[in-house]
Amino acid sequence: MLRKFIVTLFVLAGFILQCSVFEKLAFAGIIPNILIVLTSSFGFMRGEKEGLVIGFFCGMLSDVFFGSFLGFYALVLMYIGYLNGKFSRIFYPEDIKLPIALIITSDLSYGVICYILLFMLRGRLQFAYYFSHVILPEALYTAVVTLFLYPVTLKVNEKLEIREKRSAQKFV
Amino acid sequence: MSPVIKRKGEKFTLPGKYLLLILTILCTVLMLITFGTDVFNRPLNAVVGYVVVPFQQGIGKLGGWLSNRSEELVQIRRLLDENARLKEEIARLTEENTLLQQDKYELNNLRKLIDLSEQYGEYSKVGARIIGRDSGNWYSSFLIDKGEDAGFALDMNVIAGGGLVGRITAVGPNWARVTSIISDNSNVSGMTLSTEDNLMVHGDLRMMAENCITFSQLVDSRNLVAEGDKIVTSNISDKYLPNILIGYINTITKDANNLTKSGLITPAVDFEHLEEVLVITDRKQTVEEN
Repeated sequence: MLRKFIVTLFVLAGFILQCSVFEKLAFAGIIPNILIVLTSSFGFMRGEKEGLVIGFFCGMLSDVFFGSFLGFYALVLMYIGYLNGKFSRIFYPEDIKLPIALIITSDLSYGVICYILLFMLRGRLQFAYYFSHVILPEALYTAVVTLFLYPVTLKVNEKLEIREKRSAQKFV
Repeated sequence: MSPVIKRKGEKFTLPGKYLLLILTILCTVLMLITFGTDVFNRPLNAVVGYVVVPFQQGIGKLGGWLSNRSEELVQIRRLLDENARLKEEIARLTEENTLLQQDKYELNNLRKLIDLSEQYGEYSKVGARIIGRDSGNWYSSFLIDKGEDAGFALDMNVIAGGGLVGRITAVGPNWARVTSIISDNSNVSGMTLSTEDNLMVHGDLRMMAENCITFSQLVDSRNLVAEGDKIVTSNISDKYLPNILIGYINTITKDANNLTKSGLITPAVDFEHLEEVLVITDRKQTVEEN
């Protein structure tokens, strides 16, 4: 219960920060993707199921506010969360290389999917331009933000896991 | 044994891949339904509006207050100079205005003579504050802090500083989304003010960094349109009210087909520093389809 509440809080705070505060911190008009950081980090920390549920709700928020129809971002982020969950078996909290690599890969693939479905299908074929001016800068900026945001999510997750373990022992 | 079947005494859990499948189907169905209609939008817009928008308004106010404080300190001297300059300008404009008033009076009289009702009077406008921008980097849209409760509805035009900003593309009870004309998925039917030639204005992500938007399909058979000409929304647009300033022609080139021209427009609005916008609550009159 506490976990659900805290994760909801994270998602809402992430979304609100992304569309208000980060606008002021934009580099060359590019803002980082907090929702990817949350989806993918909860994915590899907690497994496929939690990753896909968080991805779904993050995506739904962007859909309702900014999508031209519902379900598109939800679907993309849900699969990203699910695939990140596959890596929960080789995830160790001490290691920062895997999380960073996963988040960058997730954001790059998110960018490429968005480009293909939102831009290429409308005849905007200059992939090299969009890759170097939107997708890559976004992924790098997201990686920088990850360095600050990921330790926070990791700490909170550890605290929650300790708490859950304790309450589970009480019932045995 | 199937993993879904409930064993005795065990808490029922749905494995990840089944949940993924269910939600995938849900998303696909939602996409198919909401592509054409907006049945889910009203309740959903209302719910998220009440959860998220108050926070965004708070952050917006806090950010505005902080940046105002820091700017106040820096700008006092500059503002004093500007004030003096603006006072001169006011004097000049007042004089110009009286002349124009006289012209208008004459124009109205003449119009009355030929029984022409005023083509476009003052539109009624409502101010709104921007509280958030698109969470992605692909399109350019933003949220404003008023919605249906203030009388806003889909497709209302939004202006700022005398130029066209965009139109409302989603609306909740206390918020609305404005898709700006520089967004890559936006098309506006415009015309040149001087020669009344029609053209199409498109937003383009690649031009956004240079603060430009593109236009095309300008048939300028008399070769009269030049750089610097004013572009306004056209009479034939079905979403935009006529004669709202879009911007000025920046460059103009002849297309390969030798019939039409295309080029770049500098928008009249500074999209990077937008804080407040005006929503025109009159909507374009449309022909009822049966």
